[in-house]
Amino acid sequence: MYAQMVNTDANRVRDISEMSEEERAFQERIDRGEKIEPTDWMPEGYRKTLIRQIGQHAHSEIVGQLPEGNWITRAPTLERKVILLAKVQDEAGHGLYLYCAAETLGVSRDELIELLHAGKMKYSSIFNYPTLTWADIGAVGWLVDGAAIMNQVPLQRTSFGPYSRAMVRICKEESFHQRQGFDIMMKMAGGTPEQHRMAQDALNRFWYPSLMMFGPSDKESVHSAQSMSWKIKINTNDELRQKFVDQTVPQAEYLGLTVPDDQLKWNQEKNGYDFSEPDWSEFFEVLKGNGPCNKERLDARIKAWEDGAWVRDGLMAHADKSTVARTAAE
Amino acid sequence: MKKEWPLWEVFIRGQHGLNHRHVGSLHAPDAEMAIRNARDVYTRRKEGVSIWVVPSAQITASDPGARDALFEPATDKIYRHPSFYDIPDKVGKM
Repeated sequence: MYAQMVNTDANRVRDISEMSEEERAFQERIDRGEKIEPTDWMPEGYRKTLIRQIGQHAHSEIVGQLPEGNWITRAPTLERKVILLAKVQDEAGHGLYLYCAAETLGVSRDELIELLHAGKMKYSSIFNYPTLTWADIGAVGWLVDGAAIMNQVPLQRTSFGPYSRAMVRICKEESFHQRQGFDIMMKMAGGTPEQHRMAQDALNRFWYPSLMMFGPSDKESVHSAQSMSWKIKINTNDELRQKFVDQTVPQAEYLGLTVPDDQLKWNQEKNGYDFSEPDWSEFFEVLKGNGPCNKERLDARIKAWEDGAWVRDGLMAHADKSTVARTAAE
Repeated sequence: MKKEWPLWEVFIRGQHGLNHRHVGSLHAPDAEMAIRNARDVYTRRKEGVSIWVVPSAQITASDPGARDALFEPATDKIYRHPSFYDIPDKVGKM
């Protein structure tokens, strides 16, 4: 759910008997659990949907550096600072793995970046919320990376080889992110009354936006059904959200913090918690660009891209010149 | 001027004595920068002791449609494996 509401261009999921021979062979490979590689035949819809999904996922990793980067210079200790630097550097790496996976489908990284900057591609809604205090950095690691892991672990089994391999690499590194966040939360929640209050405030503000990361219920969604039959989506949004709540509530109790939901109650029958849905109208507003930080985030990305242009061009010109000089010498 | 950095394939030797293995790709203007970027992107946690980079455009791949023609003939040549041969126990370890 670093990728939310990905469009598949499908009106309905077609039965295997309605498919062309190529398409049927393709679907059967997926059903057998085989990986699809970039040079294999694939339906156009599969290719396009994956570009949207992996591209959005990559953009989320890159834009996701901004709310945390905000605190690198203000981390409370040198140790916290090097940890946060390492985490933010990991996010850059994750973005790069994913852009490369998307590029195997015939789109270039620069094209994807330009689509993002033109507002034609999205990144996860969560990064449009501000990180106001140091406790927010704890909450982001604990909740936001925790929610990301929920989705990314099953995606390691996704049908597209390059995406699956990128996910394996990312999951290996992501666990550190969540644990360092929880470590900050333990320190804050167990600290002075003021620090405890900051930890509670961070949980209050990040709880519902974290639940929104999974996207609205997609039980009825054709796109989700199509993505699931292609194995580029493994679980429904509701399944993942439920799993996240069930995992996170006991952790909040351990911290001595209160989840900001009056309706939160253990349901023995379903062996999980009943909980309140986030405000979906807020979610759609954030997607439309009206969240607290949408403009700031996109402006920061565009500025970085434009300010870096002379470096990219200069290095390329140098490389071209060296090639010419070498060729002339031969 | 607008020109995208070319793509490089990255190979890492995980430990002394092992082969270099393909780990992924990245963009860089030239080979030297590709090595530097590969170090940052693919070896942040001691994943390797040596890096190779190759321009992606220089890789020639086998045709996926020729998979059977290339690899199928090997499946029925089970006599190429040691387990094909029954050696009596009393001969001892072989």
